[in-house]
Amino acid sequence: MHNSGDVQVPFGPQHPALKEPESFLLTLRGEKITASSVRIGYNHRGIEKACEERTYIQDLYLIERICGICSHSHSTAFVQAVEEIAGLVVPKRASYIRTLIGELERVHSHLLWLGVAGHEIGFDTLLMYTWRDREVVMDVLSLITGNRVNYGINTIGGVRRDVTKEQIDETLKAVDLLEERTKYYIQIGTKETTIIKRLSGVGILSPKDAVKLGAVGPTARASGIKRDVRKDDPYAAYAELDFEVITDDKCDVYGRTIVRLKELMQSYNLIRQILKQLPEGPITVKAPRKIPAGEAVSRYEAPRGEDLHYVRANGTDKPDRVKVRPPTLANVQAVSKMLEDRYLADMPIVVAAIDPCFSCTDRLILIKDAKSKNNKVIPWEVLHIQSIEWYKGKGVDFSGLNKKLAAKF
Amino acid sequence: MIKELFSMFIFPGILFLFAFAFFSEFVDRKICARLQNRVGPPWFQPVADFIKLLGKEDIMPGAADKAIFKFMPVVALTATITSFFYIPLWGKEALFSFKGDVIVVLYLLTIPTLTFFLGGWYSRSIYSMLGAVRALIQLFAYEVPLFMTILASSLLANTWSLSEMAQFYSGHPWLWLFNFIGFAIALVSLLGKLERTPFDIPEAETEIVAGAFTEYSGRLLALFRICVDVEMVVGASLLAAVFFPFWLGAGPVFGFIIYLGKVLFIVGLISVLRSVLARLRLDQMISLCWKCFAPIALAQVIINLIIKLVIY
Amino acid sequence: MKRPGKMLKEILENFLKKPATLNYPAQKSPMPKGFRGKLKFTPSSCIGCLMCMKDCPTGAIKINKVGDKRFECEIDLSKCIYCAQCVDSCPRKALAMTEDFELASLDPKTLKIVYHAEPESPAEGQTK
Repeated sequence: MHNSGDVQVPFGPQHPALKEPESFLLTLRGEKITASSVRIGYNHRGIEKACEERTYIQDLYLIERICGICSHSHSTAFVQAVEEIAGLVVPKRASYIRTLIGELERVHSHLLWLGVAGHEIGFDTLLMYTWRDREVVMDVLSLITGNRVNYGINTIGGVRRDVTKEQIDETLKAVDLLEERTKYYIQIGTKETTIIKRLSGVGILSPKDAVKLGAVGPTARASGIKRDVRKDDPYAAYAELDFEVITDDKCDVYGRTIVRLKELMQSYNLIRQILKQLPEGPITVKAPRKIPAGEAVSRYEAPRGEDLHYVRANGTDKPDRVKVRPPTLANVQAVSKMLEDRYLADMPIVVAAIDPCFSCTDRLILIKDAKSKNNKVIPWEVLHIQSIEWYKGKGVDFSGLNKKLAAKF
Repeated sequence: MIKELFSMFIFPGILFLFAFAFFSEFVDRKICARLQNRVGPPWFQPVADFIKLLGKEDIMPGAADKAIFKFMPVVALTATITSFFYIPLWGKEALFSFKGDVIVVLYLLTIPTLTFFLGGWYSRSIYSMLGAVRALIQLFAYEVPLFMTILASSLLANTWSLSEMAQFYSGHPWLWLFNFIGFAIALVSLLGKLERTPFDIPEAETEIVAGAFTEYSGRLLALFRICVDVEMVVGASLLAAVFFPFWLGAGPVFGFIIYLGKVLFIVGLISVLRSVLARLRLDQMISLCWKCFAPIALAQVIINLIIKLVIY
Repeated sequence: MKRPGKMLKEILENFLKKPATLNYPAQKSPMPKGFRGKLKFTPSSCIGCLMCMKDCPTGAIKINKVGDKRFECEIDLSKCIYCAQCVDSCPRKALAMTEDFELASLDPKTLKIVYHAEPESPAEGQTK
């Protein structure tokens, strides 16, 4: 320990509390956190570059696999951007089916989040119960789309599968069951003393800070900011559906829990409306293989917040540039602010409260040089040399490496 | 002499204690699983875990203090086993007893927590040090209510020896019912000693990996794990001996079954409490123990003093 | 009313109910119809247009010509992502998805499946 009494504890990249790797470096004095810094990029897979070398149809499946729980969000946002460039009008039945799968995915994601939050505060019973109920949603999704995650229901111009009468009945039965269970969880969440004690007053984000740091989704809505892409900029079938945007003004993790629980109830309502109003008609229009030149931005309300996709086409059958701005990238900067003056024990639940999906997060971001306010492009060779110098500074020995590698091949 | 050695090492000594510790860990895990709507492990799971750990490699961090790192699990296990010999199980006499053995038993049960602290501190890894410090801070919180309730019961019996306490309560039936509040407080404080939810702060998996046990692996971890299990059996037996001292003279076989029933009932209560509450934060736990439990334990002491005045 | 242990009634009820987990592999949960499992190829319907190969995101499927209007299909199960795009792209419905998902294996050679073309005599063959 240093003489000043401050210890630096690395929280990640590998840690039992994090489902995906991300590095938070905490400075502790006793149990109190005095400073924290966030470092992202451990899950970068080069998806945006890989999209430029595949056709639009192949990209559909690649974009879907950016994340496991928000897969339909990414896929729909991408497809909406491409359809806008190509000038395609999707039939009504297809947009209703897309909305149905989107809401089912929201139910799935929020139930999963409840379990993870329970696990982070040591309440394993809540984890087991909510994940048992999540199986009901996954069974419905595998009935309709053919897989439990990574649904693959979208195609350029519409959807690939239709919904039959038996599937509709099964979905309604599942929604009834889940609504009852969610009412029970709302009762537990508002009355169980240990949960309230752990979650209240933790991870406070004032409305001013939420707007300044760019928080989206339930993280911002729990600070009283009424921001929801489904109402502000309706896409798919949301313009014709009737629902409320849930906000709360507690500004802490408890508020975020309440927002997500109430959003679950809204989703059940929405699913029932969709299935009642499902219009007849075709489920797809014919899409060209070569998308004409143009660019489009499409927004989608993923379970975690606003998901932004930008696509630029140049007339061939491969996109020119695809850029994804996932919701967690906007929320992760608020974590440092939320951790000021809190205890170490609050760290896992604060990180879990923004519902992090670090697989979505690690995209390309531009860092501006603070002094000159310019971007700097570092060529690959310079980066290579810089990294070797950095490791040598840490004491890693490179001398025998090339010989060992050469001996292998 | 042979009889003493047999009692110490086989039954109800070390071998029986180990077997019962594995069995009670199985009961605890099975009850927790069933409460959570899962199947739970088979009966031989704790034994299998123990044997597996014995076969793994002992990895020690380079900066750790070798002597203390290796010695602490042995000290912990020895202390808990030794304290078992002074608790009356199913007769009115423990294996060994002398005046003042209540204090000795409570002191011996504090030693494992100190070894967790020392073992974690001398591992010199950040998570271990944090876990070690938390274990010690938690010790200051739960110790006072636990000691006060047990001493309240022995105050009523007018003796500092567990065996004489068992004899007293057998002679004055129904007097142990007045210790009921003490039992409730002692049960929750025992959760703190055993580091179970809601007080499993020193071993919080999602915050500090494994607390004081982070750097332990292989045989040393196996010894620590079995020490935790034995601590649960010893703690439950202590609570059964102090707060449920009835039917103690019921003969060898029947008395044994009653003893098993009492201890497993307490283990079941511990499992239910584990499943129904979330983990508290350290500052919340300290304020809970000092503001809520200690006054109630004090109230129990006062009640017992009044009853003593009335009876004598 | 706020109190600790609010879930007590529910967990005690669950103690007496059957557990929610299945004893896999003794008990299995059946997958619904339309589940996207292992791919199945009907050699007689294939016309060799190679649309499936063009649209496959990973390049897991390969169609080889082994004779006049006779094609065989090689699928690499470890590359396939079970998206069923090839099923949709095929103009003659020669491909279909089965409900078989237990495809893990200790030997990587078993993950490359070849669906042979129909031989001259009417007997179908499929080797692993």
